[in-house]
Amino acid sequence: MNFHLPHGRYYRYLIAVSTVCLMFAAIFLPLPVDAYTPETHTLQINARTFAFEPGSIAIRRGDTITIELEALDAVHGLYLDGYDVNLVAEPGKSASVTFVADKDGKFKFRCSVACGALHPFMIGELNVEPDIPLVRALLITLMGVIGALAFFWK
Amino acid sequence: MTRTKLELTRFPSVKRLLTSRWVPWTLMAITLPVFLLAILTGLFGTPAGSRNFGIIFVWIVWWALLILVMVPFAGRLWCAVCPIPAPGEWLQRRALVQSRPGGKLFTLGGKFPRRLKNIWLQNAAFLAVALFSVVILTTPFVSALVLLFMIVLAMATSMLFERRVFCRYICPVGGFIGLYSQVAPIEVRVKDMAVCQSHVEKTCYQGSDAGYGCPWLVYPAALDRNTYCGMCMECMKTCPHDNVGIFLRAPGKDLQTTQGRRLDEAYKAFIMLTCALAYSIVLLGPWSLFKESAYAVGTLAWWVYASLFLAANLVIVPGIFFACTTFARKLSYNKFSLRRTFVEYAYVLVPLGLVAWAAYTISFVFVNFSYAWQVVSDPFGWGWNLFGTANWTWTPYLAGLQTFLQIPILLVGLIAAIGMALRTANSQGVPRRAALPVVTFCAAFTVGLLWLYV
Repeated sequence: MNFHLPHGRYYRYLIAVSTVCLMFAAIFLPLPVDAYTPETHTLQINARTFAFEPGSIAIRRGDTITIELEALDAVHGLYLDGYDVNLVAEPGKSASVTFVADKDGKFKFRCSVACGALHPFMIGELNVEPDIPLVRALLITLMGVIGALAFFWK
Repeated sequence: MTRTKLELTRFPSVKRLLTSRWVPWTLMAITLPVFLLAILTGLFGTPAGSRNFGIIFVWIVWWALLILVMVPFAGRLWCAVCPIPAPGEWLQRRALVQSRPGGKLFTLGGKFPRRLKNIWLQNAAFLAVALFSVVILTTPFVSALVLLFMIVLAMATSMLFERRVFCRYICPVGGFIGLYSQVAPIEVRVKDMAVCQSHVEKTCYQGSDAGYGCPWLVYPAALDRNTYCGMCMECMKTCPHDNVGIFLRAPGKDLQTTQGRRLDEAYKAFIMLTCALAYSIVLLGPWSLFKESAYAVGTLAWWVYASLFLAANLVIVPGIFFACTTFARKLSYNKFSLRRTFVEYAYVLVPLGLVAWAAYTISFVFVNFSYAWQVVSDPFGWGWNLFGTANWTWTPYLAGLQTFLQIPILLVGLIAAIGMALRTANSQGVPRRAALPVVTFCAAFTVGLLWLYV
């Protein structure tokens, strides 16, 4: 088959295809991770209207985590995105769960029991380090920026 | 240059649908009762937002439809079926469906002040709503009062002024829908400019027995952007030469030219961009101090929050961008004034802001969508169970998977912004490297959002 593309257009197709390939490579590229011996942690999270304390928690991938949820002023829940963990605690009656943090990245935990006006925004974060998804997202963005500059520069 | 537009109205069934007077009325007859129910449930229903129809349907269901579907793919189509101006417009026309002879309107017909014929009022209105949004989004009574105020104001302006002055110059939602509708792959345009030039009566603007003059105060032949076209299709009905059509086009086509760019619209872009970032930090972040400060209206903490919020919207983010465009101007050998450089590059933030809002919306809409099933059966939170779904438990849809949607969406917006920045430099006839400071700003903003979400 014989087809002809103008040089400029061919150049842009080449850039677009290369950029998409590099972005996909950034998704699947194995990234170096420090050797780490998993540990066991017990985390107490206090839930009050409309906040978790601490609101942000950092652990390492592979760690075994026990979350103890203490409700300080009303019934509160804790639903952890990505891990499908759900706890419900009442004042004076805490709840706990143990799991292995086998997925890395940033996971929101949110109140799962309607507790008042700001309930939908009663949110905390579990950061399972290293945050490989963020690194990949930044790599993809870098590829996208370089590719877009090359694509649109002409 | 080839014209890559497909005229949808060349299909008779589409044209019949779009020129029918019954279609917009029917859609408004659906949206208006839903809107009134949202007000009633807010005023008289449970104060628990997650069990109140008004909160869930306005700020989750409608908002998600608007920002994820309607604006990016259909532009201002929502404005054509929006219930807020409907009662005022019906009063103004003294008709529900059929048009009055000559498209006559019953209004005092006042002219809107010339100094306000821009979107500064809309910018201020949006900023005011955004400043109190943590309360408005979560407190049914307050939310209902805001909606009620909007519908009353729309009626009052319909009585006092000509046409849809509220939608064009006041509505806080209409401002950003107009800005972002430039991205949509759809447009209402005239087919042949020469036909319009030879048409003396200008029935599309003046009205005729077939319909009303453009409610949005736009002369269709001058329409070169979606920003102020409410897609009501009146011009299609009143054009005797069948010279107005609806077209499919390349997304973002309106943004390919730098002509007609304005400071008020540029500031709308800044406000929208900053609010998307601010909401992502305040509402969706793990920092309870921000949420509590934003909610505690009138306290010292709230005043600090309000000052920071307004400063970020009006000074800090535009200021950083101004610094970028100052550098861009230096790289382009000071060819144009700083104001022109600043305003023209600011439109780069249109695709960036739209995707930022989409990413923010994805973060909370899916996990909270299951509340919609509950409030459909029990809109007031009074213990009803109309459709048997009142006791369905909260189910967070796509929990943990939102980032897989957010990353590509943010990336698409960033790439579009980079393309626009380079195109702006090109259209100014300056070296493309002049766009690099603006590209850096856009990339930094995207990285900031990725850090918040991923």
